[in-house]
Amino acid sequence: MPYKIVASQCTGCSACEPECPNKAIFEKEGIFLIDPKKCTECIGFFDEPQCVAVCPVDKTCIVDKSLPRYQK
Amino acid sequence: MEALMEPGRGVSERFSKLKGLAIAVAPHKGCGSSGGSGKSSCGSSAGSGDLPPDVWEKVKNHPCYSEEGHHHYARMHVAVAPACNIQCNYCNRKYDCANESRPGVVSERLTPGQAARKVLAVASEIPQMTVLGIAGPGDPLANPDKTFGTFDRVFKAAPDIKLCLSTNGLALPDHVARIKDFKVDHVTITINMIDPEVGARIYPWVFFRHKRYVGKDAAKLLSERQLEGLEMLTQAGILCKVNSVMIPGINDDHLVEVNKAVKSRGAFLHNIMPLISAPEHGTVFGLAGQRGPTAQELKALQDKCEGEMNMMRHCRQCRADAVGLLGEDRGAEFTTERIESMEIQYDAGKRQSYRDSVEVERSARRAAREQELLTLAGENSNRKILLAVATKGGGKVNEHFGHAKEFQIYEMSTAGAKFVGHRRVDLYCQGGYGEEDALAGVIRAINDCVAVLVAKIGACPKEELRKAGIEPIDQYAYDHIETSAISYYRSYLERLKSGAVADVERGDAVIRQGAFIEVGAPAGQAA
Ligand code: SF4
Ligand code: SF4
Ligand code: SF4
Repeated sequence: MPYKIVASQCTGCSACEPECPNKAIFEKEGIFLIDPKKCTECIGFFDEPQCVAVCPVDKTCIVDKSLPRYQK
Repeated sequence: MEALMEPGRGVSERFSKLKGLAIAVAPHKGCGSSGGSGKSSCGSSAGSGDLPPDVWEKVKNHPCYSEEGHHHYARMHVAVAPACNIQCNYCNRKYDCANESRPGVVSERLTPGQAARKVLAVASEIPQMTVLGIAGPGDPLANPDKTFGTFDRVFKAAPDIKLCLSTNGLALPDHVARIKDFKVDHVTITINMIDPEVGARIYPWVFFRHKRYVGKDAAKLLSERQLEGLEMLTQAGILCKVNSVMIPGINDDHLVEVNKAVKSRGAFLHNIMPLISAPEHGTVFGLAGQRGPTAQELKALQDKCEGEMNMMRHCRQCRADAVGLLGEDRGAEFTTERIESMEIQYDAGKRQSYRDSVEVERSARRAAREQELLTLAGENSNRKILLAVATKGGGKVNEHFGHAKEFQIYEMSTAGAKFVGHRRVDLYCQGGYGEEDALAGVIRAINDCVAVLVAKIGACPKEELRKAGIEPIDQYAYDHIETSAISYYRSYLERLKSGAVADVERGDAVIRQGAFIEVGAPAGQAA
């Protein structure tokens, strides 16, 4: 399952964007979005999802349960 | 450093190479439109003080670092770095960061190109603008490309503008080399603790090298990086100031230790600021009901730390994107749209002659102060009093009591007038009528003062002030602050001796919770 950003909570601070090892995060009109096709949950790169670890607002970068788990 | 101070030659040539700029005669207005006339010298006590000459040379025109400088010179901040790598309990980045606890209002975010253009537009209209700072929202060093991208553009186009940045210090050791390359000559680090136990109550987490640290580990890591960064800056010969936020019950006593630690590592100034905290800010501290210090608590701590080190007492925790002389926000004049369409001419010569005229004024002012001080020579009282002064700047008693948005506070002793800080107040008089509540608020804010020096004051507030034991004084209207304050103090001592005034201790005063912003500006903020 890839991660997604809860738009209503995002401050638009951009902290997550450069941390993503897959360049899955991008800005659109002041808010940030995750491209589910690119997100690997950081598996193979880091122990914890970088967007979650750096985001200043809790529960803003969350697992998108509507999509299947990421397959290595 | 020299290169930074020199009037930039061929500036407009270089400037014109920047993309998309039209160069023409700038509409000249703005300088001195309010309070920034720079016609007079400063009203604060510390001149070069005990700073080493080379340090004084570097900071004397810096409005944030030099008590003298802030009457004549202005800094501006641009918001280019919104991301942060730590979380502070006094910051709510949902609305805006208050990097280094500056309660800001939501500010526009600029690209490095837009920011540089804004800086040059402001500098060409306001010769007082000598310093560009990058601080909040966010941490400049968590956004190194944006921060240094902005510095690079400004440095090339206007080398006489000094560059400075404020950081929480976590990423600092990684960037000292670059800071040096860009000739950034002032760095501010916010250090609130050196003990992880204390730190764990201020910082819930830090993000470092792809990992989130929490609790004491986070605080320990942050503290080590801060102190290492400070040492590296000192080594590299870059001036470093330390800011601390005083949080009663958490780090208030501890800041004395912090003061020693940063002093021994070469920080040249230590600025202790009050926590600004209210539930509506939505910060962890605000929601938990953590209070800020009172004016007397803050002053007592600053006094304790003073020792051999310069304490900075005139920080107003200004808005991150403020433009203009400290306290005077002209940000609204320079919106992104306006700047896009503006024609900019950067005139280094005009800027230099402004600085020259300020120097002349300053030395004249210093001489007058020495003269006035002689009149205190015969006095040997150890009685100290606080005075509040209503001023628009320029070092003069030139503000109407009802129009004052803040008061400067001077501590008077036989050694002279010592500037000890500002008190912000809500406008007492708006559109000609005074409101009872607002007046009570002003009285609370200056309640520890014996008198208030004003340019003008109405009969009614005069009466209320008297009742509260604060003497309203308008006889020094438009005079210089220091000479007026000394003269008042002399008469006060005489009246004390003759029994005309009673020798009573003044109470404490309240620090206003909120950013220093113009009335009518958006009031959203986070501390
Ligand atoms: S979980 Fe990792 S890969 Fe997915 S968006 Fe966040 S940072 Fe990128
Ligand atoms: S770090 Fe969080 S708040 Fe900041 S842009 Fe990314 S999702 Fe939004
Ligand atoms: S106050 Fe500054 S350093 Fe602290 S969390 Fe806010 S942006 Fe980051």
